[in-house]
Amino acid sequence: MNERKSYPMYFVFGALILYVVLCVIPGVIGVGYSFTDWSSYSDTINFVGLDNFATVFSPEENYLRYLSNTMIFTVFTTFCKSIIGLALAVLLTKKIKGLNIHRAIMYMPAVLSTLIVGMIFKSILNPQSGLLNAFLRSAGLGSLALKWLTDSKIAFWSVMFVDIWKGIGYIMTIFIAGIMAISPVYYEAAEIDGATSWQRFKSITMPLLMPTVAVTTVLNVLYGLKVFDIVYALTNGGPGYATEVLYTGVYKEFSKGRYAVGTTLSSVMFIFMIIVGFFMIRMMTKEEVEE
Amino acid sequence: MKHRKLISSIAINAVACIISIILLIPLLLIVVNSFKTSLAASDMTLALPKEWQFDNFKVVIEKGKLDTAFFNSLVYSVGSVALCSMFAAMTSFVLSRRRNKSSKILYLFFVLGITMPINFVSLMKVMQTIQLYNTRTGIILLYAALQIPFAIFLTYGFISKIPREIDEAAVIDGCSPLRLFFSIIFPLLKPVLVTVMVLTFLNTWNEFILPLYFTGSTDKWPMTLAVYNFFGMYFKDWNLVCADIVLTSLPVILVYFLGQKYIVSGMTSGSVKG
Repeated sequence: MNERKSYPMYFVFGALILYVVLCVIPGVIGVGYSFTDWSSYSDTINFVGLDNFATVFSPEENYLRYLSNTMIFTVFTTFCKSIIGLALAVLLTKKIKGLNIHRAIMYMPAVLSTLIVGMIFKSILNPQSGLLNAFLRSAGLGSLALKWLTDSKIAFWSVMFVDIWKGIGYIMTIFIAGIMAISPVYYEAAEIDGATSWQRFKSITMPLLMPTVAVTTVLNVLYGLKVFDIVYALTNGGPGYATEVLYTGVYKEFSKGRYAVGTTLSSVMFIFMIIVGFFMIRMMTKEEVEE
Repeated sequence: MKHRKLISSIAINAVACIISIILLIPLLLIVVNSFKTSLAASDMTLALPKEWQFDNFKVVIEKGKLDTAFFNSLVYSVGSVALCSMFAAMTSFVLSRRRNKSSKILYLFFVLGITMPINFVSLMKVMQTIQLYNTRTGIILLYAALQIPFAIFLTYGFISKIPREIDEAAVIDGCSPLRLFFSIIFPLLKPVLVTVMVLTFLNTWNEFILPLYFTGSTDKWPMTLAVYNFFGMYFKDWNLVCADIVLTSLPVILVYFLGQKYIVSGMTSGSVKG
């Protein structure tokens, strides 16, 4: 059978054109534009060498803070989502009444639009009328009723908390699938040997779940580095620059017409992610490609 | 021993219920307040409304121009679902069947797009150059393009498991490549295509960044942006904002409950190798 004839390349063209024109080319020319002074104020675009990179990495500007905030966000949310997601997954693979209802509810925040989740929490975290502070006051913990989104010391933590609330169900679902894929034979054998449930978790579940942990970590990290929606919806980078992350920074530069700085910030991320992504894809497609 | 088992069983049931309630409260809060009057909703409590205001929904559809927004969201979602699933299926079919090295490389090139961040600034330049800036077609093509990598990743794995003997038999019987794909392979892809469609639909419906960057006029905004804009104008009328949120989320919740099985299988494929 002739492979070239039965599987013609024109089948690939539709996807290839869309993908190259709208994903790859912008990324690549974006790197090129980051060496220019492109902006909405002038029609000419001049080569300026590494000036934009010098601006982005200069300690006098705020961009380094965007980068460090993005890193803090990524590390903290990845850590919390993994731990809590795993705990919930272990809980929801036990014998519980209405198991599927619990799983469906816990996954629900993940299907809502981030913009909407942001609006919901803007109400809940409102210092005067918000549900959280009302609850704290009625519980006699009025001193804990803080300005969750407007105090620059805690705003970023509130944003990360809301993100964890939203993202946990997704990570939990992947862990549940991972736990269910472990053969029950191991647990039966361990039970006969008199292993406690902690021993079973430590010596059976955890080692066999490591590939799943690797994947959820990669997913969380990729999400964290690209985060925009939740910050835009909750604080839009404020108060001041307290919650500004890389992509909200890009959007601000874009709206101010300072395209060159915007594209430089994006390109820093682009190059970083291509390298990270390369290893991640190798991991995800290992079995398929090595067959 | 028996006692301990009973106690631990009650304990884990209770913990599960408490966690579910914590996750559910914010959502309940929105639903409850969408039925209240403006005054009653101003402190956003979980108390049931004293008088049920079903008019909120009607008001919000008129004031928030939700009919246009709904139409836009629907056009974007359906358009990108159709393009993305069709192109992804055709591409994966050819790439997974051809056994040469360049097909494998091309597959990896596509899949690398899963991690690739978008450079919105230079993307705007590209959109302007190809005359798609501020058009509905442009938004549909963008959503399709951005979701093609993951769709290819899902369908490629699935097609690899369909035996080649089927193709060979069809080709011997004189089947053309188009006919082979559309009459024989395509129907076999139903499970994975439903997953791709449900995920693409949900992502497109929920997303708002692309229209935020690439549509200048409000008449092309999807529901997510419309609700956010409405929130900016009527932030004192939480009852209306809540009603808007409910209406925007309803299609998503509906698709979620109908397609739950497919969502989970799609989300977890690639992460769990049995």
